Formats: sequence, C-alpha cells, structure tokens
Amino acid sequence: MIELLSRPWPWYVAGPLIGLVVPALLLLGNKQFGISANLRHACAIVAPGRVAFFRYDWRRVGGWNLAFIVGVLLGGFIAGQWLASDAPISISDATRTDLSALGIRDFSGLVPNELFNWNSLLTLRGLVMLVGGGFLVGFGTAYAGGCTSGHAISGLADLQLPSLIAVVGFFAGGLITTWLILPVLL
Amino acid sequence: MTHTSSSRQSVAARAGLAVGTSGSGADVRSDAGTAARALVAYLVIGTLFGILFTKAEVISWFRIQEMFRFQSFHMYGIIGSAVVVAATSVWLIKRFGVRTISGEPIVIPPKVLGRGTRYWVGGTIFGLGWALTGACPGPLFALIGAGHGVVVVVLASAVAGTWLYGYLRPRLPH
Repeated sequence: MIELLSRPWPWYVAGPLIGLVVPALLLLGNKQFGISANLRHACAIVAPGRVAFFRYDWRRVGGWNLAFIVGVLLGGFIAGQWLASDAPISISDATRTDLSALGIRDFSGLVPNELFNWNSLLTLRGLVMLVGGGFLVGFGTAYAGGCTSGHAISGLADLQLPSLIAVVGFFAGGLITTWLILPVLL
Repeated sequence: MTHTSSSRQSVAARAGLAVGTSGSGADVRSDAGTAARALVAYLVIGTLFGILFTKAEVISWFRIQEMFRFQSFHMYGIIGSAVVVAATSVWLIKRFGVRTISGEPIVIPPKVLGRGTRYWVGGTIFGLGWALTGACPGPLFALIGAGHGVVVVVLASAVAGTWLYGYLRPRLPH
C-alpha cells in the first residue's frame, strides 16, 4: 500500500480529488476554497498598521482557512517523510533538455536544489527567483483577489468571468517569465 | 422559495447564537467544542490536500516549467479535471439546493467584475511570480512541510507583497 502511495500520483487521481475540496468546504461550513486569502490574514495578524485592507476580525473570517493551511504544511511533511519516492522527478525529456540548456543540473528532487537553498539567496539569480518571485506572488494574488485555488478552481467551477480573466493573466505572466525572463536569469 | 427558507434559517441562527451567548457555561463550552471540532475538520482536509499536492508533484518547480513549456499534459490534466469535478459539484449543490451539514443554505458570492483591471493586471503579476518560484500560495506551505526550508523566505516575501498591495490599494486601479 505504502509502496503504491509512494509513487507519483497520476493526474486523473489527483485532479478529481483536488476538485472535491470545493464541495467539501462548502458542505462543511459554506467556505470558499482560496488559499491566498491566508497571506492577507497573515498581514492582518502580524502588521495590520493603519491599512484598512487588514483591519478585520481575522480569527472569525480566516480561522478555518489558517487551520486548512496548517494542514497543507502537515500534508507536505507527511508526504515528504513517509511517502517520498527515491526516483528522480519524472518530467518530460523535452523539459529536461530545455532546462539543462539553461544550466539546471540537479533533477533529483521536486525542486532544483541548486536554486532552492539558503546559499542561493546570496546570488542575484536566487534573490530574484525566491524573494522577487515570492513578492510578485503575494502582490499579484492580493491584487487579483485570488490565486490558482480561488480563481482557477473555485471561480472557474462557478463559471465566473472575473476568474477566467484572472486565469488568462496567470498564464500570460507565467509564459512571459518562462520564455523571456528565465533564459536571461538562469 | 429559497429566499424565504434562507431568511427563516438566519433568524434561527441568530436565535441559536443568542441562546449560546446568554446561556449557561455548559452552552458556551459546547459552542467552543463545536468550533474546535470544525477547525480540526478543516485541518484534516488541508492535510489530505497537502499530501495530494506533494504526491501529484503540483508543488514541483519542474512541473510548473513543464506546464508553461507545453511539454506535458500532467498539470493541465490536474487543473482541468479538478475544475470539471468542482463545477459538477457546485452545479449539483445549486440544482438541488443542498445545505451545509449544519443546515445553512450554501451561497457562493459572485466576484465583482468592475472594469476588470484588477483581474488581468493582478493575474499577470501573479503569473510572473508563479513561474519564477514554481509555486502558487498552496504549494508554498506544502514545500515548507516537505522540508524545503528556504521556501519560508519565499512565503515571507509573498506576505510582504500582499502587505504592499493592501497599502497601495486605495491608489490602484481596480
């Protein structure tokens, strides 16, 4: 059983299960699946200042969502600790070739270990990717009012036009980074 | 028809709340117990979700690159089938007027379109960051759990980005 669970899960198992999170949260307490709201709750907890956007009762509004992301963290730990597979990441050969050409060498983990480590923060490349990238994720999701979960999954599932516009934006941004920025940066 | 029943429901909910707050200590304790049980339920769903994210490699920078290079169906299959299952569930919930486990009507507030600026500008900014970090907000938490400690910095930076948005919000076009 553990052997089976340790292999990478195929899309047709993972995708539908991720989709079920939407009705599960609705049935449990009328909650909208949306993870980036937690970044706002974090601001409301740590440094609301005089910013109106962060002055609300985060315990009442976001308590459930904070419990949810503590769970996500725990899930990552469980999967990493007890369900990890030893095999290198099974990405397509084309991607491996492209990324090798950009200078990525280490394909042993879920992320390129040469970029995702503390020393990497001392390089311009690492700083732009980790600190700059994180900043854009936080600013962009707050501005757009949602991320992949809130717009691409919950929003599209409810056939909402704003979410479709946001998702087109997600892809436009991702393509710009992948095809124009990464070749210069890496 | 749903309107009448929903207003009746909220009256009942208010009445219930009044009993809970003005009632005996036992009532207050049982309310706290219910709230704690609900939090545990969200924690459990989150945990399963985190395992799912990690094992399906959604949290992988490599998988996100593969997606933006159109070199594999994996991520498209995951997002696509998730949307289909979620959309079918939402449709069924609306069609049959399904209620929450505590009996409240399920309402999904529509997002306000306005001029739409926030969606395409904010969306594009997020997309730029998504392909750099290889992670949207959910995977950031799962990556930290899976032992990629440096992602704490990415998360802190994302919180800072959200804070700057909150600060600039009155001056940004939406």
